[in-house]
Amino acid sequence: MDSISRRKFLKIGGTTMAVSAAAGSVISKAAEAVKKASPKGIQKIPTFCDICFWKCGVIAYVEDGKLWKVEGNPLDPLSNGRLCPRGTGGVGAHYDPDRLKYPLLRKSARGKEEWVQVTWDEALTYIADKMKKIKAEHGPEAMALFSHGIGGNFLKHLFKAYGSSNIGAPSFAQCRGPRDVGFKLTFGEDVASPERTDIKNAQCLVLIGSHLGENMHNTQVQEFSEAIANGASIIVADPRFSVAAGKAKYYLPVKPGSDIALLLAWMNVLVTENLYNREYVEKYGFGFAQFAAEIQPYTPEWAYPETGIEPKLIYATAREMARYKPATLIHPGRHATWYGDDAQRSRAIALLNALMGNWGVKGGFYYPVSMDVPGYPYPAYPHSTKPKVDNPGNKYPFAHEVNTNGIRKATISGEPYPVKGWFVYATNLIHALPDEQETIRAIQNLDLLVVIDVIPAEIAGWADVVLPESVYLERYDDLNVEWFREPFVSLRQPAVDAPHDQKPNWWMAKKLAEKLDLGDYFPWQNIEEYFNHRLSAAGLSYEQLKKEGIIRGEKQPIYFSEGVPDAFPTPSGKIEFYSLQLAEAGFDPVPKYTQPGAPPPGYFRLLYGRAPVHSFSRTQSNRVLMDMLDENEVWINQDIAARWGLKSGDYIRLKNQDGVVSNRIKVKATERIRTDCVYIIHGFGHNSQMLKFAFQKGASDAQLITRYKTDPLMGGTAMNVNFVTFELEA
Amino acid sequence: MNELTTTRHNELIDPIVHVWGWEIPVYLFLGGLVAGMMIIAGYFFIKGRDEGHKCICYQIPLLGLVLLSLGMFALFLDLEHKAYVWRVYTTFEIKSPMSWGSWILLLVYPALLVNFLLNVPAWIGERLPFLKQWSQRIRSIKNIKRHLGKVNLVLGIMLGIYTGILLSALGARPLWNSAILGPLFLVSGLSTASALVHMIARDQSESEMLARADNLFLAIELFILALFFIGLLSSSEVQVKSAMLLLTGPYAAVFWVFVILTGIIIPLLIQNLSVSHHIKHTPIAPIMVIIGGFILRFIFVQAGQYSHYLNAHFIK
Amino acid sequence: MARYAMVIDTRKCVGCMDCVVACKTENKVPEGFNRDWITTEARGKFPAVQMEIRTERCNHCSNPPCVHCCPTGASHVHDHGGVVLVFHDLCIGCKACLASCPYDARFIHPDGYADKCTFCIHRVEKGMEPACVAVCPTHCMYFGDLEDPHSPVSRLLAERRHHAIAPEAGTEPQIYYLI
Repeated sequence: MDSISRRKFLKIGGTTMAVSAAAGSVISKAAEAVKKASPKGIQKIPTFCDICFWKCGVIAYVEDGKLWKVEGNPLDPLSNGRLCPRGTGGVGAHYDPDRLKYPLLRKSARGKEEWVQVTWDEALTYIADKMKKIKAEHGPEAMALFSHGIGGNFLKHLFKAYGSSNIGAPSFAQCRGPRDVGFKLTFGEDVASPERTDIKNAQCLVLIGSHLGENMHNTQVQEFSEAIANGASIIVADPRFSVAAGKAKYYLPVKPGSDIALLLAWMNVLVTENLYNREYVEKYGFGFAQFAAEIQPYTPEWAYPETGIEPKLIYATAREMARYKPATLIHPGRHATWYGDDAQRSRAIALLNALMGNWGVKGGFYYPVSMDVPGYPYPAYPHSTKPKVDNPGNKYPFAHEVNTNGIRKATISGEPYPVKGWFVYATNLIHALPDEQETIRAIQNLDLLVVIDVIPAEIAGWADVVLPESVYLERYDDLNVEWFREPFVSLRQPAVDAPHDQKPNWWMAKKLAEKLDLGDYFPWQNIEEYFNHRLSAAGLSYEQLKKEGIIRGEKQPIYFSEGVPDAFPTPSGKIEFYSLQLAEAGFDPVPKYTQPGAPPPGYFRLLYGRAPVHSFSRTQSNRVLMDMLDENEVWINQDIAARWGLKSGDYIRLKNQDGVVSNRIKVKATERIRTDCVYIIHGFGHNSQMLKFAFQKGASDAQLITRYKTDPLMGGTAMNVNFVTFELEA
Repeated sequence: MNELTTTRHNELIDPIVHVWGWEIPVYLFLGGLVAGMMIIAGYFFIKGRDEGHKCICYQIPLLGLVLLSLGMFALFLDLEHKAYVWRVYTTFEIKSPMSWGSWILLLVYPALLVNFLLNVPAWIGERLPFLKQWSQRIRSIKNIKRHLGKVNLVLGIMLGIYTGILLSALGARPLWNSAILGPLFLVSGLSTASALVHMIARDQSESEMLARADNLFLAIELFILALFFIGLLSSSEVQVKSAMLLLTGPYAAVFWVFVILTGIIIPLLIQNLSVSHHIKHTPIAPIMVIIGGFILRFIFVQAGQYSHYLNAHFIK
Repeated sequence: MARYAMVIDTRKCVGCMDCVVACKTENKVPEGFNRDWITTEARGKFPAVQMEIRTERCNHCSNPPCVHCCPTGASHVHDHGGVVLVFHDLCIGCKACLASCPYDARFIHPDGYADKCTFCIHRVEKGMEPACVAVCPTHCMYFGDLEDPHSPVSRLLAERRHHAIAPEAGTEPQIYYLI
C-alpha cells in the first residue's frame, strides 16, 4: 500500500461518506481525519486477532501507511503481550494475493467456480430477494446460518431479526461440544473458551489426547510453559509422542479409542486405594457410592489389553495424580469428537477431576468472570412457532447448542421442515464437516447459498454469492466482552484499509437488513455509534478503549476460597458422580467403555491434529505462515514405513476404507507414533481453484473422513473412525 | 535412531550446502594450472634453459594470461553481489585467504605481462609495434630473466598453494580440514601444467623433460593424497565421515575412477612407457591428467560442501 | 565491552516457530529465507523416545570463522556486544562465509549480499529485546550480557545444565541451550 495520496484521500473519504451517509457521524469523520493526518512514521494501532478464535490483543504497526508487523498488546491478559505464531503472521492475511476481493455471483453450475463480479448493491439485492422469497414460501426458519467467530455476531442478530434461530457453529458438534456436555452433566457448567483451566497453578497436569504446544491456543501454551518452569509433573497419554509428550514425566502410548478404559482404570485406582480427595467428594459429591461400585471392575489389569498400557504405569500415574491433588488438572481437551462416545469420555475426564477435588480450586478449574457491558437495546425478535431444525424430537437430549450436522441432514431430507437457504460465515464447511459428499448433497438442495469469508475456501466454490470480508486488521467488529480470569473488554478496529472492495461484516449485515426491511434492528448509523452506546451504558470510555485496545476491570473472585459460591447447577445441586438424568434418558449414568474396533489388515487409523503455525484450513493462503509450513506430512511408524519400503521425504497417497484417494502427501517415518495409526495435520490439500498458492499442497484429512459416528447424547460427529492404507508412487 | 529435522529451507544451504557449483572448481583448476605454468617458466629462466625462440617458456605467458582471465571470469560469475566486486581491492584482510588471493592475482597479472613482453610472438608484434619496443626495453634490463624466473617461481608457488588454503581455511567443512590441501593443489597444478606444456612444447627435449617432470609430480600427488586421507581417517568422527564420502560414499565412484585411475595412475603408466621410449608420446596421457586435475577440484568442492560438522543429515 | 548471548530453555520450547515468524516480520526477511529456525531431535525407539526442541540461528561466535574468511571486511564484529554483522555494501557475495559456518546460519539475500540473524541489534540498541525473544509465548528465550554476572543469561548458565551446538567446531558459539 502506498502512503496516502490525495486521490486515495478522496476515495477513502468518499467511501466513508457513503457508509455514514445517513447521519454523517462526527466521531467517524474525526477518526478518519486523525488517521490521514499522520501517514508518515510508525503508528501503533491496538486491535485483537482473528487468525483463530482466542481473540488475543494485538498492536498493529503501520509504517508510512503500510502494515509492517503485529505484536501482542501488553495490556491483554490473554496474550500478556506475546502473540502466538499464527497471530504474529497475521500480516500475511492482509497481503494475501489470493484473498477474496470483490462480490461474486455464480454464473454456471454450483461448484464449477465460475463467477461474475458484481457490485455490493447487486449482490445484497440478489440475496435479499432470495431471502424474501424463501420466507414467503417456507418461512424464515428455512434459512440457516453457519457462523464461526465474533465476526458473526451481527449476522446472527440479523438472522434472529429475520426470524430464524437455526444458527450453528461447527465448534459444537464437530469440536468441543462433547466436552462441554460431559462437563455440564457432571459439574453443571461447561468448560468454555478460553478454557477455565488453571494450568499455571497446576502441580500435576494430565493431557489425554491434548497436544498443547502443537495446539497453539496462546494462553494455554503460556500457562503450560509456566507449569513446566514450576516443575509440574506432566503426564501425557497419546498414541503419538507429541511435543507435550516430550515434556512429560510419564508418557502413556495409549491405543487409539481406548481412552475411556484408561480413565476408568485411573479412577478405579484412586477409589480403591483411597487416594481421591475424600473431603471434597463428601462435601460436594452426589451418587459417589454407586459410582464407586460401577467402576469396581475396571482395574489396571483389565485396562492393560484394551489400552496397551502396562498396569504398573497406570498405578504409578494414578498415584502421581493423587500426590498433588487438588492442584492436579486433567485437561478436558478441546477438539473432542473422536470415537462416538465422546460426551461420556469427557464425563469420565470430568469425574477424574472431581476425584481430585479441583473444580473451583486453584490448580484445577476456576470460575471465569466478565465485564458487565449491556447489549444494544434492539427491538424484540419475532417469535417462531417452529422449533429449531437440527434436533427433531430431541433425539440428542443433552445437546445445548445447535447441531450443524442436524441442519445439514434437514437440508437433505426436508424433515422436520425444509431448509432452503444457508449463510456460511468464516467457516469452511467442506473441511469442517465430515463426509464432504453429504455437505455437497445438502447444498444441491438449497435455493440460496451465501458464503462470507476472507479467502476463497472450498465452501465458497459451491456458493451462489460470495461476499468478500475485510480481514481483521482492516475492520471493526463487535466488542469482545470476554469470560476469563479477570474481566476486560477489547476493541477490534482497522489498522489499514482493505485493499480492494472488501467490507466488514457489520456493514454487510446492516445493508442487508435495510434491504430486508429490518432496518429497525440496526438503528445505529455506524458501528462507532453502537460502541459508544454500549460502552457509556457500562460506564466506560470509547476514547480510552480506542487508544488502548483493552479496558480491564477489577479482579473478581474465581475460586471457592476467594468467595465464589460453591453451588453446582445440576439436578442434584452437587457434582454428579452418578447421573440420574442420564439414567432416565436411557444412557449409562457412569461412563462405560466400548471397544473402538480395529483397522482392516493393511490399514491404519487416521488421526489428525494441529500445527502451531496454522489455523484449521484458513491459513494455507497466508504467505508468511506458509513460509513456515507449506504442506502437511503423514506420520508413519518407522518399522511400518520400512516394511512398506518408505522413508521420510517420499510422497504417497492415502486411500481410505471407502476407496477415497487423497492428494500426494510427504511421508514422515518416525519413532514418534504407534504402529496402528497414522497422523496428519488438518487443513491442507486444498482443491479450490481460486486458492492458487495453497492448491494441492499436502493432503486433506477432511476428504478422507467419509464416515463418522454420532454421539448419542448430543449429536457430535466423531471423526477418528476412518482407516487409510498407502498408495505408493509408481 | 536419531531423527533430526529442521524447518530451515534456505536456498544454497538446504538440504545440503551447495554455495559453489562449477565456477569455483573451474577457477581453482585454472589457477592451479597457471601457477604450475609459472613455476615451469620460472624454472626455465633460472636454469637458463630459455635459449631460442622455440622455448615453450615464451608461449606460457600468453596462454597463462588467457587461462587466468577465464578463471577470474568464472570467479566473477560466481559472485552474488557483482557490482561490489571492487571492494576486495579497498582492503587487505590478513585472515582471509580470499583476500590474499585477490592481491596475489594483482601481482600475478603484471608478472605474466612482463613475461609476455620478454618475447612478444611475431603475429602480435606486427599488429601492435609498441609492444616490440617495450619488449626491447625489458630485455635490456640486466639479469631480467633470472629475476623474472625467481618472481615466477615465488608467485607460482603462492598462487598454487593459496587455492588449497582457500578451502582448508574453511574449518566448518571437515573434508577440507587438512593443511595438506595447499600442497595437494600445488602439486596437482604442477602436474596438469606439466602435462599441458609437454603437449604444446615444440622442442623435443623440452617435451621429454616436461613429461618426466609430470611423472614426478603425479607420483608426488598420489603420495600427498595418501597423506591427506591418512590425516582425515586418524582424526575425529566428522573428519572420518568426510573422508569416507570420497572413499566409499556418494563420491567414491568419481573419485576412484576419474581422479585416481584415469587422472593419475593410468596416465602415469602410459607416460612412464613413453619416456622410456617403449611407446610413442601421445596427447592421451596429458589430456587424462588435465581432466583428472579438474575433476579433483570439482569433487573436492562438492564433497566438501556435503561434509558437515553437525554429523547427521537433516531429514525433512 | 559487553558480550551478548542467548540462552534457550529447551524444557519450555515447544517449537511453535513464533520466533521465526516474528523475525520474518520484524526484519522483513524475504519469503523463502530463514534467519532462524526450529530443530527437533528425537532419539530412541517408540515409546521410549527422548526429544529436544531448539530454536536456532547464528550463534554470534566469539571466534567467528565467517569474519576471518571475509575478503572485504563486510562480515565483521560489531563494536559492541560481540554481535557479528554484515556491511551490505562491502559484500561481494563470494559465499565464503556461508561455507565457513558450521551451523549453516547464513544465506544470500535476494539483493545479493550475505545475510543472517543480527541479534536484532537495531532493537537492542534501543533497550528492547530481539524480536524472537520478545514474542516467545513460552518465555523460553533469554537475551543479555554475559559480562554482567547479574544478567538473566549469566544467572541461568550458572544455575542450569546447558550445552551449545557443535562446540568442537571451535567457533565459541554464544547461544546456550538449557537442558
